[in-house]
Amino acid sequence: MQIYSNAKIVDPEKGKVFTGNVAVSEGLIVEVSRNRIEAPDNSVVIDCGSHFLAPGIVDFGVKIGEPGERHKESFRTAGLAAAMGGVTSMITRPDTSPSIDNPETLEFFTRRAHSATEIRIYPMATLTKQRLGEQMTEISLLLDAGAVGFTDCDSFIVNSKVMAHCLEYCSQNKALVIGHPQDPWLSGGASATSGKFATLKGLEGVSPIAERMGLERDLSLVELTGAGYHADQVTTRAGLDVLEESIGKGHNVSAGISVHHLTLNDLDVGEYRTFFKIKPPLRSEEDRCHVIEGLKRGVITIVCSMHTPQDEESKRKPFDEAASGAVGLQTLLPAILRLYHSGELDLPLIFKTLSYNPAQRFGLNAGKMSKGCQADFVLFDPNYPFILDRATLASKSKNTPFDGQTLQGRVLKTIVGGKIVFSQD
Amino acid sequence: MNLNRQSVKQSTELGGKTQINIFFENSTRTQASFELAGKRLGADVMNLGVNTSSVGKGETLIDTALTLNAMKPDILVIRHPSSGAANLLADKVHCSVINAGDGTHEHPTQALLDALTIKRRRKTLAGLKIAICGDIKHSRVARSNILLLGKMGNLVRLIGPRTLMPSQIHELGVEIYHDLEDGLRGVDVVMMLRLQHERMTGSLIPSVREYYKTYGLNFEKLQAAKKDAIVMHPGPMNRGIEIDGNLADDINRSVIQNQVEFGVATRMAVMCLLCQDT
Repeated sequence: MQIYSNAKIVDPEKGKVFTGNVAVSEGLIVEVSRNRIEAPDNSVVIDCGSHFLAPGIVDFGVKIGEPGERHKESFRTAGLAAAMGGVTSMITRPDTSPSIDNPETLEFFTRRAHSATEIRIYPMATLTKQRLGEQMTEISLLLDAGAVGFTDCDSFIVNSKVMAHCLEYCSQNKALVIGHPQDPWLSGGASATSGKFATLKGLEGVSPIAERMGLERDLSLVELTGAGYHADQVTTRAGLDVLEESIGKGHNVSAGISVHHLTLNDLDVGEYRTFFKIKPPLRSEEDRCHVIEGLKRGVITIVCSMHTPQDEESKRKPFDEAASGAVGLQTLLPAILRLYHSGELDLPLIFKTLSYNPAQRFGLNAGKMSKGCQADFVLFDPNYPFILDRATLASKSKNTPFDGQTLQGRVLKTIVGGKIVFSQD
Repeated sequence: MNLNRQSVKQSTELGGKTQINIFFENSTRTQASFELAGKRLGADVMNLGVNTSSVGKGETLIDTALTLNAMKPDILVIRHPSSGAANLLADKVHCSVINAGDGTHEHPTQALLDALTIKRRRKTLAGLKIAICGDIKHSRVARSNILLLGKMGNLVRLIGPRTLMPSQIHELGVEIYHDLEDGLRGVDVVMMLRLQHERMTGSLIPSVREYYKTYGLNFEKLQAAKKDAIVMHPGPMNRGIEIDGNLADDINRSVIQNQVEFGVATRMAVMCLLCQDT
């Protein structure tokens, strides 16, 4: 047995922080108590030194470069970055090359994952073959092979009939569908959010309405089919409004947001800094404030890093030609802690959106500080300040928008199934 | 400017300096203008076309820049179809970089030469009302002029169809008109812009003839402006689309040829300034 003693325990489920102890046996939590836990002989006691102990982060939407783009990220490097970032579970994206659209590729993916990292990997598979939006994948076989969700990622399924059929079929199989709600025509060619900044910089902009239009289409089909649906990122007030309406009608609908959209805005692009080019593009400050409110109200429930490694070459380009995406596994926690330090979010809510909610939504036995849950933890000091040097990131790709910025909060230990996979000392 | 009007148009201000023009977009007047400006100042001028360079072999902009930088030029003049390309280049090289137009972002020397042209013709810029008409959305010339004329305190009006206005452009301190004659009323300067078909996606105007009917400038519509209003165009012109051919050629109203002439002088001045301390 292991005892994590003298910890400030963050319990997102109950919305509390309290000083106490956690007992772990065979990879599962066996007891959480404010009082001293009697340690049987030959048990290991880990003194948490009054630091915060929270459920390990369940990061949704992680892109790993395997198969196809291992020069950008491998399971090993992603696993290291995750461990250093307090991420104990990665829900991975299937927009690899080739895409994960059949059980054989998924099995290869899972096998590679297990041989290369101790971080838990929960793979998603594509909703249609090759993400072309034409032919549905083998949903049931993929579920058997371990897929936890189905998504064509940033490739919007244009054909509404195909999308309706996919949702119907997934609903029957109790499979969760993940959408990237953007009207593909309105957002085509855009690299920024439309507005004064994009106009001044001569960048092709997309209106936030494109997000609402994508959501409206998908949510209408959810209403038609009764499927379970998660929007990967809702980043604007326009999107938030229709999402809230659909939730109000009682549909099985949820939404997430990347930490970048919560902590940065369109002006951060500055002089065409391509590390700030992400999908959807960074929004106005007004929208950023609205989505934080949406998070507080529980309309948006999942915060993720949308970890998207890109090699140097694909970012060393003029803004409109550069690749989209930012790495985030290692910076997710310190980045969202900005909202803790600014007084906007408390720690239980932060870990509700980072750990508890994604675990619940994807049916994982994680994200809780209670008996029977997997013993996945992050031990951290939210106050430790540092200036991020992107060269120190464990990811193969270093495309972080936080390079050179001051962040506060550092992971001291990461524990997966009772095993310490990262320790600061 | 006087130098440009002599029979021997050469000075030695930039003697021994190297100027490289890299044009990733086709250009006649701007490239020729920069080339002549450099040559008249005595610089060694080299032109790199995209089709003949390694760019065609997949070299990235930054690598091209680093390669050229290693050859120690004093001035790089760049035109590129992507907004921000000049900024990117300037970050990576040690010499002066002149933006000769980047995407739909800016074309600073055009704005300077436009201001010079207005000043020469109208004696002063102060208090003039200036209308910029046409395809604002795709125009770097418009953005640079809005910034420069805004700094000079001029009243700037933008005239064009809503589909060719960039979003939130009114926040830049300009007045917006969708009717040509309304917009021209009482202005001193009319800047026409080229309809940039090559950048247009998603059906922005119904047809060229409808555009000419509503936004094409001719003598009749020009009457709404002040009697002595001048007409400008950064070129290349689409005669019969945004501007009537006869109007463009009327030297009493049109200063289009002056713009080209003053362009060389403006670019000479810019290059002299940049090379002063080196």
